[in-house]
Amino acid sequence: MSRRLSVRALALAALLLAFFGPAALAQLSIEVTGAGAQRIPIAIVPFAGEGALAPSISQIVRDDLDRCGLFRTLEVPPLTPPPTEASPVNYAEWRSRLADALVLGSVAARPDGRFEVRFKLFDTVKGEDLSGVAYTLQREQARTTAHHIADFVYEKLTGEKGVFSTKIAYVVKRPDRYELQISDADGANEQALLISHEPIISPAWSPDGRRIAYVSFQQKKPIVYVQDLQLGKQRVVANFKGSNSAPAWSPDGGTLAVALSRDGGSQLFLMSPDGSNVRRLTSSSGIDTEPTFSPDGQSIYFTSDRGGSPQIYRMPATGGEPQRVTFEGSYNVSPHVSPDGKRLAFIARHNGKYQVAVMDLATHQQQILTDSDKDESPSFAPNGRMILLATVIGGRGVLSAVSADGRIKQRLSIAAGDVREPAWGPFIQ
Amino acid sequence: MPKNWIAPIHALALAAAAGLILAGCAASPTQEQSPAGVEERKPGEGGPETRGAKPGQVPTIDLTSKKQAASPLTDPNNILSKRSIYYDFDQYDVKDEYRPLVEAHAKYLRDHPDVKVLIQGNTDERGSREYNVGLGQRRSDGVKKMLLLLGVKESQIEAVSLGEEKPKDPGHDEQAWSQNRRCDILYPGEY
Repeated sequence: MSRRLSVRALALAALLLAFFGPAALAQLSIEVTGAGAQRIPIAIVPFAGEGALAPSISQIVRDDLDRCGLFRTLEVPPLTPPPTEASPVNYAEWRSRLADALVLGSVAARPDGRFEVRFKLFDTVKGEDLSGVAYTLQREQARTTAHHIADFVYEKLTGEKGVFSTKIAYVVKRPDRYELQISDADGANEQALLISHEPIISPAWSPDGRRIAYVSFQQKKPIVYVQDLQLGKQRVVANFKGSNSAPAWSPDGGTLAVALSRDGGSQLFLMSPDGSNVRRLTSSSGIDTEPTFSPDGQSIYFTSDRGGSPQIYRMPATGGEPQRVTFEGSYNVSPHVSPDGKRLAFIARHNGKYQVAVMDLATHQQQILTDSDKDESPSFAPNGRMILLATVIGGRGVLSAVSADGRIKQRLSIAAGDVREPAWGPFIQ
Repeated sequence: MPKNWIAPIHALALAAAAGLILAGCAASPTQEQSPAGVEERKPGEGGPETRGAKPGQVPTIDLTSKKQAASPLTDPNNILSKRSIYYDFDQYDVKDEYRPLVEAHAKYLRDHPDVKVLIQGNTDERGSREYNVGLGQRRSDGVKKMLLLLGVKESQIEAVSLGEEKPKDPGHDEQAWSQNRRCDILYPGEY
């Protein structure tokens, strides 16, 4: 019930966004189009005193947990006096409201202008205090703090790390320009890194989340740049004669793999992220592109048509003989390995449709996860649960996320614009 | 605030400088445009028409004038004005019908060894963007190879790919796609 309500609220918000100001238009909104079979019912009571800090922290936590498809947040009528994390908990009463878990918290303004947010998570079934956190924050950190709280709840109750406080990058195409943007994983807080009249593709996060490599056509040809998010400086890292494309970071952040045509064709090279120490990795007469490292840094997966049709291959990151990985169908491209190294997400063409597929790398069993027909650029969330992708709906590019088991689906759309080339950022310490 | 101060000062300075230049020019009535002078030239086109230069007048560079020296590269009656090579689906070889076009550009480049060209390969929108960068490169590399075989110097040619990113026809059907599977030969100033 609450999920449906929040979806309606989002739809209304999207409608409002469509009518008001250009700043509002930039915002991504998320719609949940599928959910896990078993969702944990959880009550998140409005935090005592949270009116002092907009936006409402408990509401953001509720939205995060609802959207991820693993929780069902319960409606909580106003309680007087509003309980805080320090209030005694009547577990039986919360059980009778069908809540398996409960979050209580409080917000207090400090004399120095900052705020203190405290919360605690309770397991109402076991009657157990699962602990909590106290944060001191500036007003503008409210949203980030709420995402951290959602991550805490998620990890305590599911056993895996939450990704609510991570970032995503994507490209928005507007009638007259392209914008490389980053935002929170829920689409809020969007910021443009690069605005250009020419296309931008293939953003790739450095493992520390501080830099993004991408391909920009601003010089009328593809050139690989690395941009530092804090400094906002664009640095050319691969601008050889011909095309420079498809950057991918090694897990230690010390190496970039790229596709260069400088020696003819499209071949893979390794280089330092400052553009030095360039060495060739593949030697084929075909197209070798879309390199991506395995999480242990030992292997590189890439797309090649050396066998006659584009397929995914794996080779040692130090060089060596590539082994073919995909065999079903005549078009398998855009590989991305799950954070645990066990699964491969990629785009498979099937009956003229381009769809996200996942392969179990041990058994080579594969499964198509979507029913759309123009999927592109799949990337795993850093906890491996969801896969972010771009697809086309009604002639417009939208971002979508699907759980690695295909059950949960979310759609992130932007009110006015064509969104593509998503990349999910890493966990940030 | 300082902006409001500076603007009129700049304007005054400019007006004064312009006055000085005009006075100077008037004193040397038959000054010709020096070939080494700063002449704005739309690349790929002939030199813009220079009017005036009569006694007591200064020469005018008129970039809006239609009457420009004909360049074979832009003369619609010259095959050199044709720059696009189209491809069938999943094809990369230059079709026979485009051979005369490539041969004409090869001859022009041989005759003008200081002129460089950029060959941009393009694909239709289907499939992976990065793989399409590779496919577009295969097309532009093919045109480059043909130019090399026809005697053009390697240093005169850069072959690149725009993949599916710059469709000539934004449609989503075969009609549009056939326009977008293409190589363009571009001369300096055209890209």
